Amino acid sequence: MSRVKELQKSLFGGNTSNARQFGMIFTLVAIVLLFEILTNGLTLNPGNLISLVSQYSYILLLAIGMLMVIVAGHIDLSVGSIAAFVGIVVAKVMQDYAVPWFLAVLIGLAVGAVIGAWQGFWVAYVGVPAFIVTLAGMMLFRGGNQFIGNANTIPVPEGFRVIGSGFLPEVGPDTGYNNLTLLLGLVVCVAVVVREWRGRRTRREMGADAAPMWISVIRVAFPLAVVVFATLQFAGGRIGTSFPVSGIILGVLVVIYSFITRNTAGGRHIYAVGGNARAAELSGVKLKRVNFMVMMNMSVLAALAGMIFVARSAASGPQDGIGWELDAIAAVFIGGAAVSGGLGTISGSIVGGLVMAVLNNGLQLLGVGSDRVQIIKGLVLLLAVAFDVYNKKQGRFSVIDSLMRPFRRDTPTGPASPAEPGQERGKSPVAG
Amino acid sequence: MRDAPVLLEMRAITKEFPGVKALSDVNLVVRQGEIHAIAGENGAGKSTLMKVLSGVHPYGSYTGQILYQGTESRFSDIRASENAGIVIIHQELALVPGLSITENIFLGNEPRRGGVIDWKTANRRALELMALVGLEEDPDTLIKDIGVGKQQLVEIAKAFAKNVRLLILDEPTAALNETDSQHLLELMRDFKQRGITSIIISHKLNEIAEIADAITILRDGHTIETLDVKADGVDEDRIVRGMVGRELHSRFPDHTPDIGEVFFEVRDWTVRHPVASDRLVAKNASFTVRRGEIVGFAGLMGAGRTELAMSIFGRSYGVYASGQIFKDGREIVIKSVSDAIEHGLAYVSEDRKSIGLNLLDDIKTSVVSAKLSKITSHGVIDHVREHRAAEDYRTSLRVKAPTVDEPVTTLSGGNQQKVVLAKWMFTDPDLLILDEPTRGIDVGAKYEIYGIIQRLADQGKGVIVISSELPELIGLCDRIYTVFEGTITGDIPRRDADPELLLKQMTSVKKAQRS
Repeated sequence: MSRVKELQKSLFGGNTSNARQFGMIFTLVAIVLLFEILTNGLTLNPGNLISLVSQYSYILLLAIGMLMVIVAGHIDLSVGSIAAFVGIVVAKVMQDYAVPWFLAVLIGLAVGAVIGAWQGFWVAYVGVPAFIVTLAGMMLFRGGNQFIGNANTIPVPEGFRVIGSGFLPEVGPDTGYNNLTLLLGLVVCVAVVVREWRGRRTRREMGADAAPMWISVIRVAFPLAVVVFATLQFAGGRIGTSFPVSGIILGVLVVIYSFITRNTAGGRHIYAVGGNARAAELSGVKLKRVNFMVMMNMSVLAALAGMIFVARSAASGPQDGIGWELDAIAAVFIGGAAVSGGLGTISGSIVGGLVMAVLNNGLQLLGVGSDRVQIIKGLVLLLAVAFDVYNKKQGRFSVIDSLMRPFRRDTPTGPASPAEPGQERGKSPVAG
Repeated sequence: MRDAPVLLEMRAITKEFPGVKALSDVNLVVRQGEIHAIAGENGAGKSTLMKVLSGVHPYGSYTGQILYQGTESRFSDIRASENAGIVIIHQELALVPGLSITENIFLGNEPRRGGVIDWKTANRRALELMALVGLEEDPDTLIKDIGVGKQQLVEIAKAFAKNVRLLILDEPTAALNETDSQHLLELMRDFKQRGITSIIISHKLNEIAEIADAITILRDGHTIETLDVKADGVDEDRIVRGMVGRELHSRFPDHTPDIGEVFFEVRDWTVRHPVASDRLVAKNASFTVRRGEIVGFAGLMGAGRTELAMSIFGRSYGVYASGQIFKDGREIVIKSVSDAIEHGLAYVSEDRKSIGLNLLDDIKTSVVSAKLSKITSHGVIDHVREHRAAEDYRTSLRVKAPTVDEPVTTLSGGNQQKVVLAKWMFTDPDLLILDEPTRGIDVGAKYEIYGIIQRLADQGKGVIVISSELPELIGLCDRIYTVFEGTITGDIPRRDADPELLLKQMTSVKKAQRS
């Protein structure tokens, strides 16, 4: 095993999905730096970062749900329409019945849950493929949006707009920065350190030799640097702006859902169903319930995304949410999920979504027209997945490896890496 | 056969994968018109050798020489080897289920006239080829509508459509029942008469000993020896000795059963077919299992043993019609797999790749997957407990893998089967139903699996073993039920069990009905 691979393994963990994440983080950093240079520092300035977060938080929100849908082996094409439908319902109840905004949010989530139950029912209990159910849902709820809103735009009240365009308020002494954002940054920093520390402890308890200290230091230092930098940028923007509320909602959900997918039985079941539904069923996993929950959860998140968008644009209209499902799906696949299900992570999807977001944003800053932005985004999606397919055929993560090959001193005669005899992964592993 | 001219000679073939030497200096000499068997444990290099020969591993990716019909051949891909008359039929059949027999036979090789498929010629030639392999079907029948045995024949007919001179069969009888296997072996003898040379890879040593003229034995990527079956008087034990490199005194570990009371009983179990509801896949089946007892279920393929087992295991096959299950004297109602697991049942499926394991998983996730509740508190997984549990099984079952983080796809068949066993042992079952627990597993691993089964019985669990290999049932089980067409036709204690009696019982209803 090459040193690069070993290093990569200790930094990111051993499996292919992590290797993919390594590649994507690498790509994300590269893209950010590239645009930072091309835009003469505009990309990372506070104003742009803030608009980046508030502009893409709802897509990333959808990517969370979509990841789970795709891991379970389904797809959801209806999220944009559901977001628009819930948006118009919420706007309508606030306008016509003067419902307070927090109640309206609850109503919106409930509508999302009902829609999700509807779609989940067809997918899980009737057995109609999710592609069809959600294609129908896409039309159904798009029509529903226009039916309820008479194809008009309905404005939403001030209080409601906080979830889409609000910021952490200014409190405490004048430090020249937004204090709550600083506090948030500190909390994240502590969380990063605690997480690494607990990871080391867990590995020790498993009896595995923990990675050397310097690896842990790198694993902590890099995120810390990013967090500190971002905190200062977000906290140091124009007065009255700071870290967007929608970004906080996103952050909280990412943490919660990462935990669910990684550390709970329910999350494990989603991967089991997507990896091999029959095997999961024969292991006692309640297939229908998992499929139902996954589809329903997606619609609830779509409802939330729709409300955040409406709050941000101050009104709900008939064109809301068009094409969102495709952005979310692209984010998930760029983030390393397998088309056939069973593989993928929340964090990967978020990174994938960020790659798309930064690309979009950077190209816009450069004044590239939306036609060419579309073309570039399309190519990025294709290349990212093609890269993955290529790697799987090779049975290993190879681009970095091949870049580094001329500089490698050790000869590749080490013990067989586990992936080796399985160059034909997915085919029969019997070698004899 | 020793004097027949050499058709194929593979000289000093060495094939390396990164970090693994799959073949080193392997030699193989196949003579014109013989049936040449290649034997070896899983991982010995049999399939790799055949892939080198058929161009799957192209010239240049290995070292050594392939002399075919006297000249050196350098195949760049499968098409090149097929053009030379070398056709390989893989264990997993490469047929398209939704196309007809004719279409499959000529897939990629369609007789054409002016760019358009000439169906008249195709159908005529298909009939000829089908007659050649003894397949009596309408050539327009879809592949999915014929049984595995016939599908295999279509695959062979397809090989003949390509003017085969050297036919390679990789585990041809693994999925076939006794009758179809016999037919296939007959067919190979027939081909021999016609001057076609065959190479057969098989785990069924009795078949090899019966049919082959010569046997080349591989072990760990090396050629061990080539035996001339008739001249050397080769029998199964002789082959096993070559394969494992030592005398295997017994195929089964010594075991003194310690059998207790009846604790599990099924009464009048009747199950309907999931689609054709007038067909019964189990008819009034009643049986008992005692603590510490290994109970065998013998039957022909399609007798309904798997269906019976799965319907008991949480109604995961067919539609429940009637019947009762008693455990420890009390009736239990099992409506789902999770109920079954809750009541201490475990079912190790016959097909570990398609329904036994999630092939994306690593060892530890597989081991805990059927009872996550053991490593979770309030639904949250304790990764340390998961790791420890998996590690315990890795060491106690001697799974050949450096850590429990290895993906299950990297394991050999025998080790995968141990992981599946671990997965079900982890659920702390009282009754384990093992469906073909040693299928596709080499001799050494089989012995280990038998040992595990016996240990489970010694812990006071009941074990049901479903197997198509009668010697396995007779060697392992304390009592054997015979099943025919969903009906239990016999209950034979170990001391009375012999192949003849079992076979008679396994087909008894048929005879009764005919008379």
